[in-house]
Amino acid sequence: MAIKIEARNINFFYGAHQALFDNDLQIAEKMITAVIGPSGCGKSTHLRIYNRIFELYREQRVEGELLIDGQNILSPNVDVLELRRKVGMIFQRPTPFPMSVFDNVAYPLKLHFKLSKNETAERVEQALRGASIWDEVKDKLKSSGLALSGGQQQRLCIARAIAAEPEVLLMDEPTSAIDPVATLKIEELMEELKKKFTVMIVTHNMQQAARISDFTAFFFEGKIIEFGETQQIFTNPRNPKTEEYITGRFG
Amino acid sequence: MFKVDTAFKWLCLGCAGIIGVLMMGFFIQLFMSSMEIWNEFGLGFIVSSEWNPVTNKYGALPSIIGTLSTTVIALIIALPLAFCAALFIVDARPQMGNILGQAVDLLAAIPSVIYGMWGLFVLAPIMQDYIQPFMVDKLRMDKLPWVSDEFNGFGILTAGLILSIMILPYICAIMRDVFQMTPAMLKESAYGAGCTRWETTKDIVLKYGIRGILGGVFVGLGRALGETMAVLFVIGNMMGMPDNIFSGATTISATLAGNFPEADGMQRSALFALGLILLAMSFAIQVFAQYYLHATSAKRGEAR
Amino acid sequence: MTKTRSILPRKLKDLAIRLFSGAAVMIAVGMMLWIIFTVVHYGYKAMSVSFFTNPSRPYGIANGGIANALLGTVFITLGAAIIAVPPAICAGIYLSEYKDHKKLVNILRFSANVMMGLPSVLVGLFTYIIIVIPSGNFSGFSASIALGIIMFPVIMRTTEDMLAMVPYALRESALALGMTRTRTTLRIVCLSAKKGLITGVLLSLSRVSGETAPLLFTAMFADSWPFDFFSSPTANMPVLITEYATNSPFAAMHQAGWGAALVVTALVLIVNLSTRIIFREKKHGH
Repeated sequence: MAIKIEARNINFFYGAHQALFDNDLQIAEKMITAVIGPSGCGKSTHLRIYNRIFELYREQRVEGELLIDGQNILSPNVDVLELRRKVGMIFQRPTPFPMSVFDNVAYPLKLHFKLSKNETAERVEQALRGASIWDEVKDKLKSSGLALSGGQQQRLCIARAIAAEPEVLLMDEPTSAIDPVATLKIEELMEELKKKFTVMIVTHNMQQAARISDFTAFFFEGKIIEFGETQQIFTNPRNPKTEEYITGRFG
Repeated sequence: MFKVDTAFKWLCLGCAGIIGVLMMGFFIQLFMSSMEIWNEFGLGFIVSSEWNPVTNKYGALPSIIGTLSTTVIALIIALPLAFCAALFIVDARPQMGNILGQAVDLLAAIPSVIYGMWGLFVLAPIMQDYIQPFMVDKLRMDKLPWVSDEFNGFGILTAGLILSIMILPYICAIMRDVFQMTPAMLKESAYGAGCTRWETTKDIVLKYGIRGILGGVFVGLGRALGETMAVLFVIGNMMGMPDNIFSGATTISATLAGNFPEADGMQRSALFALGLILLAMSFAIQVFAQYYLHATSAKRGEAR
Repeated sequence: MTKTRSILPRKLKDLAIRLFSGAAVMIAVGMMLWIIFTVVHYGYKAMSVSFFTNPSRPYGIANGGIANALLGTVFITLGAAIIAVPPAICAGIYLSEYKDHKKLVNILRFSANVMMGLPSVLVGLFTYIIIVIPSGNFSGFSASIALGIIMFPVIMRTTEDMLAMVPYALRESALALGMTRTRTTLRIVCLSAKKGLITGVLLSLSRVSGETAPLLFTAMFADSWPFDFFSSPTANMPVLITEYATNSPFAAMHQAGWGAALVVTALVLIVNLSTRIIFREKKHGH
């Protein structure tokens, strides 16, 4: 089992307030790693370092090293546009772009690749199939992405993310705004996704983490309290804090 | 007690009704006062280019052309400036953005007669001495059909330039609202897909807020269309058809303000008719502006 | 791997837009400063005590001042406020407080928005038709009406917005105490929105006090003191500036025009800036 990503000694600040403390984490390639913890524990903050999206906000600052395939992506030499192509992100709520279903998926392709019209169409279909939404939208590729249901919108966003041929997928509570049936579909989809991509998912839903992930990291107050194979974390936690959390005594 | 409440409600309704009465009053009064012209020339008044008080022949076309051409020039210049300035202000540090925003807003507070004076004594000489010679001698723009090699600092281009500065703060304020209204998560997902800031703005924010942007364009259009004093000072006040953007010309509002005191009889009626045309144009533009801005504010409410 | 687009041109485009954005702000702010600088630069030479105490004089006579025009502008603007503010606030109350005819409220609000965008020159023309023609003479009073018409929709809409910001619970608790609807509206709702209402009125006053076009159709101009406010042309600052700048070949009059321009600009900007600062404090307070 290869290590795809390695976080070393990550500290994170919102202005003067420190949100993450000495996070060390190793993410296995083509596996699903879940990040759990009570709200405000820094799990989303941690995830937002991997594609440097936090840099949009002036007061946010990170220290430490984050190696993807051995390269420190926090170094100023790394091109953030190329990084974000390689590391796709799905958000808490579906965020289809204000354009057609087809253009939503074609947009990142046009951004990053030189493709002919036919190639683009092919890739779009491929991505939509990859996000198991092709059958539902193949007849309405030209209608607005905003016209789809919430669950469909989220899978459209997944299609949009995988169209750019990323290596890593970051999912920040991707099912928190979606009904249970649609959530199940996305969980099934993740089984497929992990064949091609290294997936990190932040979730507040412990059953979800237990169901779908191979590894789990438990965050508390900005620190990684425990990290290990999901089965071990949920059946035999080593840290009493982890046990308290997964047995529902707080959080 | 009950009676006081009812009376107060009717009083308020009556006061609010004034706005409706005024609105209709504008159309009715201007129409009645210009009857003479419509009887004499009919709709031909709008397309006739003659304006001769001696022979009592009147046409609105030169004024309309002047109004439209100055407005178009103003929009062409102000739109990209306002858009980009709004972009800068929204992305600047909050304190800096606040100061810059207030500074740009101050442009809207300066009375239009001051713009007129500045245009007359500062801008027109600069146009004549530097900008127009540069356009003709260096850029050879006189080869273009709508630019000539004769100029004196006044005319359509100068008026358009002043108008562009005047409408810039109005458009800029609306664009700022539009940019701030875009949900942060939508912007983040654009950046997350690997967009640069410009790509995010042009492909996502612009598409998301297109109605607000259009509303802003129409608000600017409305302002430029009816502005009087600033234009009156620099347009050159020629009643003939303009040949090019250096020509002295007139706009509807400049014709109204410039000719009204001396006018009587038929000519006065012609001025009221021009007023009615301007009213109809402005009204249509405001309706569009409100339609698009209303859609934006509804969206803003949703986002909260 | 597919052929990737190179990133450099995309980044250069982004950089170019960033630079242009910075330049756009600098142009806008620079224009503002340039105009104000010009007014101060030419205007301050005209400043003297007699400039503020002498009335304007006909062309070619020395020692003219702006005293009558300044007073006339104050009369006209105050007149506009007296005419427009009470009914405009009542109209705003109707939009905000009485929801039983939603459609009517929407139409009225829409009309007010449209009215705000109509050119002021048309307001001048309209006032000429309904006031000057029937009364048979230009007057300061007709100018007050014209400026009042311009202020009306502005104050109406600000009132509505300000009252809408008052929490609904406040109304309910006042009504629960047994106060009448009218008393609740006037004593509780309007009073708690007082600062916002005053700001709205002051901002619209500062805006109309520089309006020129409507005055050309109503007040006109006179070199006399503005005491025949209701029956004859009345001196005022904006038309004085216009006259001196455009219709006069005399350098001394140009200079007086710049002096008047400086006074008007200073007044407008001071009112504008100070109300904004007060309003910002209010926002921070809540």
